[in-house]
Parts: sequence; C-alpha cells; structure tokens
Amino acid sequence: MIALEHLSKVFTSHGQTVAAVDDVNLEVGEGELHVLIGPSGSGKTTTMRMINRLETPTSGRITIDGRDVRTLDVVELRRSIGYVIQQGGLLPHFTVAENVAMVPRLLGWKRQQRRERAHELLALVGLPPERFADRYPRQLSGGQQQRVGVARALAADPPIVLMDEPFGAVDPITRKQLQRELRRIQGEVKKTIVFVTHDIAEAFLLGDRIVLMSEGRVVQNGPPADLLRRPAAPYVTAFIGEDRGLRALAYTSLSEVAMAVPNAVPVTGAILPGTLSLVEAGRELVAVGPANGDGFWVGDEVGNPSGYVTYRQFATEIAERLAAEGVVGESAEAVMADAVPR
Amino acid sequence: MRYLVEHPERVLQLTADHVRIVGISILVAAAIGIPIGIVVTRLRWLEGPILTSSGVLYTVPSLALFAILIPYTGLGASTAIVALVLYSLLAIVRNTVAGIDGVPPAALDAARGMGMTGRQLLVLVELPLALPVILAGVRLATVAAIGIATIAAVIGAGGLGRLIFDGIRLIDPEPIVAGTVVASALALSADWALARLGIVLRRDLGRSAGEG
Repeated sequence: MIALEHLSKVFTSHGQTVAAVDDVNLEVGEGELHVLIGPSGSGKTTTMRMINRLETPTSGRITIDGRDVRTLDVVELRRSIGYVIQQGGLLPHFTVAENVAMVPRLLGWKRQQRRERAHELLALVGLPPERFADRYPRQLSGGQQQRVGVARALAADPPIVLMDEPFGAVDPITRKQLQRELRRIQGEVKKTIVFVTHDIAEAFLLGDRIVLMSEGRVVQNGPPADLLRRPAAPYVTAFIGEDRGLRALAYTSLSEVAMAVPNAVPVTGAILPGTLSLVEAGRELVAVGPANGDGFWVGDEVGNPSGYVTYRQFATEIAERLAAEGVVGESAEAVMADAVPR
Repeated sequence: MRYLVEHPERVLQLTADHVRIVGISILVAAAIGIPIGIVVTRLRWLEGPILTSSGVLYTVPSLALFAILIPYTGLGASTAIVALVLYSLLAIVRNTVAGIDGVPPAALDAARGMGMTGRQLLVLVELPLALPVILAGVRLATVAAIGIATIAAVIGAGGLGRLIFDGIRLIDPEPIVAGTVVASALALSADWALARLGIVLRRDLGRSAGEG
C-alpha cells in the first residue's frame, strides 16, 4: 500500500514560491488503480513523481508498505516501481525487446532470461514478439510505442506501477483501445497503479478511485460514482463536465434504483443482475425484447430476485439523470471559467 | 601532378607523418575533451569558463601558438601535436556538451524512473544518443587539424606542409599542388570515414555498453 501523508512540494521561481502540491493525503490500496486527475498545474504529476522520488517533497512523507521511501535506496526503489510516461519514453537506440527488458537488465538478469521475459510481456500487451521484438521504437506507431512502454513497466514484475498520461499522445481510437487493454491487463496482473491523466472519460473508465486535484490540493477522492452523486464541491461537477448525466447512468447500478419486494411475490419475466448499470440494463432490455408485465426483476449476487423496477420507474430514473445534465451544463460553464485554467 | 608520380615514396612518407600527427592529436583531444564535456554537463558553472577559454584558444593564430609553445616543447612534431590538441578541444568539448544536452528529456526521465544509476544513465543513454553530435565535433576537429598541420612544417614537424613550403622556397608549383591535393584528399577521406564510423557505432554502442 502507498500512503501519502501531508505531502507538499513548493517550487521557487523568480523569487516567488508556488505550492505545486499542498498537503495531499492519499492511500492507494494494494491492487487498486487510482487516477489522479486535474487540469495542468494541479499538481497531479508532481504528486506521482514524488512516489518514485523523481521529485523531492518539501514536507510530508510517502510510505510504501509502511516504509518511508526516503529511507530506501533510490535506485532500488525505482527498479521496484514500474514507470510509464507519455509517448512511452522508449530509448531510441535499443530494440523493442531491449527496451522492455531494461529493468531486468539493470537488475542483472541473464540475457536469455531477459529475452524470454520481453517476449512474454510483448505478447501480454498485444504485440506479437516474433514481429516486434527486434524492431526499433521509431519503426512503431504511437500506439504500439505506448504498449511497449506498458510492457517495459511490467517487465520486472513490480508491485507498483506509476503511469503519467500514458495514452495522452495517441489518437482517440487507439486511446480507447489502449484503455480497454490496460483494464484487461490490470485484471490479470493486479498491480497497485497510480495513473495521472487530464481526460475525465479515461479516469472514469479506469479508476477504482478518482482523486480530483486543483491547485495542488485534493478536491475529492472517491470511487467514480461518488464524484457523480456526491460531488464535494461545485468544482467537481464542473470538471466532470457536460457528460455528467450520461456518466451518472453508467455509474448507477440497478440495485440502487430497485424497490425491495417481499420474497413471497411470484417471479415472472426477466431477471437482470443488480450490478448492471442503468445503461447496461437498458441495452439488456432491448436485447430481451418486449416482456409481459409492467417491469423487470433485479437479482442479487447469486441471482435471486431481490427487487423490482417498473418500466415507468426505469424511464423516470434515466430522464432525471439526463435532465440534471442540462442544469449542470450551464452552471459548469460558469464555475469552469474561473476554476479551470485553460 | 607530375611531382606525385616522380616522388611517390616521399609523398607517401610525408602523408604518413601527417596522418600520425593529426591522428595522435585527435585521439588525445577526444580523450581529454569528451570527459571535460561530460563534466561540464554535470557541473554547469564550468560551462562558461571552459567554453570561453577553449574558444579564445581557437582564435590564436596557429603560427603564434607554435611560437608560444616552442620554448616548452621544442621544434618538431610534439609542438604540432600539443597545438592541434588545443585547437581540437573546442569542437570536441562543445559538441559533447551539445550532444548530451540534446538527449530527449523523455528518454532521460524514463531511464531515471527505471532506476538507472548516474553511470548507467551516461553509458546506456546519454553517450549513445549524444554520439552522432560528439562524432560530428571530432570530424570537424579532424578536418581542421589536417589543414592546420600543414603549417606545422615550418617548425619541423614534417607532414604534407613540407611539400608546400618546399614549393614556395624553390618557386616550383608542382610540390605545392601535390601537397595541397593530398592534404585535401586526406581531409575528405577522414571526414567520410568518421561519418561511417558514426553509423556503425550508433548501431553497436548501446547494445554492448554496460552489458551484463
């Protein structure tokens, strides 16, 4: 687990002191992916870079599994933390396989072992090693370079991975694809990941928790749904922006809107899992087709019907959330104007 | 061109001398200049003093520099070599600094983030990526040194300058033409060879450096 305690970083430039990071407290649990998000200058990247000591905190401390990172050897610390940056940060004079196996090389692995590991990871990130291992970075597309960057970060199997806008420099379609791949990979490797981005859609797609920062401070830290349903400040709503209503649909689960019903009521018609979001449920209902009755059942974890939603109620829930979008959309502009530097 | 045909041994001998003087000078200048350049990128405050002093050195006319050095190193090739080393330092130091400064920040950041030590960063990342620029400095210095070395014949250093000065003394254009043509050919081939070396090294250095 990574813990940031009262972390601050003050830069001095032209005699002026600027608090890039201001009293940040954060706990990243094992196997979780936390997204640090905010506009540029919000301190998200600086916060992340203090974890592997690429930046030195002015005050406060960072511990990994209870050990203060300042007491650890900086080289060993960094080798035990995967690091991915924008455009991959690949070394242009090494082949793809050599890039991937760089940390193992620093750790003194044997050549054969390194090569095997590189091939394994290239396969994991969807680059067939027999085609890509011996190419040079410049022979790869931006998206492929990003994949290599991710593979390289995972090469020595570090428990922690830091990702600094890793998909920031690729086109939207490749970006979506890389995000989905990261989710799949994270499902397999379960790393503790700190992920920096300014893309709100990316944050919602990937984050177990989203940490929204502004001017060096944490404005809100919570699961994605919390930022939608219980925004801690107008700034949060503003930052999430106009898609808020649609996002709310994606982050509200059926079980939250279902009415509890006595067990005795006989079950007829469709049963949908309570974990489905309203969007997914809508899709499911379309797929199932018109059913009898005025609604559908919502199942619990083991599939037993635990609640009921009428079609009318379902429609109301959706409409309300979409309506909220319009209202927020206007006030968002106003808040955005003075809160978010463009 | 008649001279070349009539005195091949002499021309060959003087060419060999010339190559030796320039070769030693450039090797020594690289051995001193590249480390100085590396140190400058580490201790930035040295940049001003070092680049300025080597720049000033470069402006001293070669004849004057030979004259200044003679009391210490005497007449002959050693004075020529010391002078050529001093002239070559500017291009080599400056290009080493420029080459290392030109390494993409993203590559450096990634390398540091991966846990490279200062030495690994230098050997695995900075030097290989700076190599084309450093080598360009070496090429520049070499071509200049081949020219300047002809003047060293006045202080008895030998080399192709001998032909030129012979021609002046005897009022005979033939040796002058021979010396000039061979010196130019030497400069061009050195330039070409170093360019080739750059391509080969760039491919291999990163791969083998710090292996293990």
